[in-house]
Amino acid sequence: MGKIAKNKNQILKRLLLFLIPAFLLLVGAHQKAKAQNWAGVDETVVEKFAEEGGRKPWKPFINTDQGDLLLFAFLLAGCAGGFVFGFYWRILFCEKKGKQKSE
Amino acid sequence: MHLSEGILPLNWAGIWYAAAIPFIVKGIADVKKKSVKLAHFKPLMGLMAAAVFIISCMPVPVPTAGTCSHPCGSGIAAILIGPIMSILVTSIALFIQALFMAHGGITTWGADIVSMGVAGSFAGYLTFKILKGLKMPLFICGFCAGLLADWATYATTSFELASALHGSKPLGGVFMAILIAFIPTQLPLGILEGFLTGGMISFVAKRRPDILKALWEK
Repeated sequence: MGKIAKNKNQILKRLLLFLIPAFLLLVGAHQKAKAQNWAGVDETVVEKFAEEGGRKPWKPFINTDQGDLLLFAFLLAGCAGGFVFGFYWRILFCEKKGKQKSE
Repeated sequence: MHLSEGILPLNWAGIWYAAAIPFIVKGIADVKKKSVKLAHFKPLMGLMAAAVFIISCMPVPVPTAGTCSHPCGSGIAAILIGPIMSILVTSIALFIQALFMAHGGITTWGADIVSMGVAGSFAGYLTFKILKGLKMPLFICGFCAGLLADWATYATTSFELASALHGSKPLGGVFMAILIAFIPTQLPLGILEGFLTGGMISFVAKRRPDILKALWEK
């Protein structure tokens, strides 16, 4: 019993050692990032540092980042990706199970 | 993690292309061999290609940071279809995103493949292998693999940016500055990716243990 309690304490200590700095880091970052308005890290980190290094991003070769066109592109990608994912999911996890049952 | 079009100077873009191409060539060469060997390989590869594509263009808001970012999915793919195949499916996902979704770029495709494909896949795969060798529970193996695959991807992106753009500043200092800037968003997202990977691996092990057995026995 004593050994189990000792192990539990050790795990708790290690967990706290990880969680406290992580929490402090996140709280600190929260104040800084409040003004970011849910921008992606591609914009807030990658492009920011690239511009500091003297590189500005070019426009994409096929520029779908115009008005609602990008929303449409993401919707289409989500539908196509979701369909393919579902199709293969069925083959791997549903049909096999059905076959096994019928056997 | 997607490096936008034109962000890297062309010489650096070329270097990352050169680093990525051997993995792609090896991946293409291995598809046929693996498909002949394992009956379920093609559907599994299709599933992982779709998963990596969806996961890596899914912006997840991180309330503690006020920003959005995406997990990568290359950790799950590397465990289930192997790191080389994971690099291949990642490169296809990144190409479609760069071409049609204004995410990443054609000039930065090589660098994006190296960070998300090569670094993410190998970090996830090796973590999983090592922890499984140490007889850790399957969920923990998957969790750590997903977590480290995500963090390795963003660490590599930081290195790619720093190496190309540090100018007269010290490379290490610029690398650390970029890496620290990623932490508020990627720390929680890495944990999310860990749960995603651990959950998926546990699910596959429960529903189709034969898939994992065949993959690990090869």
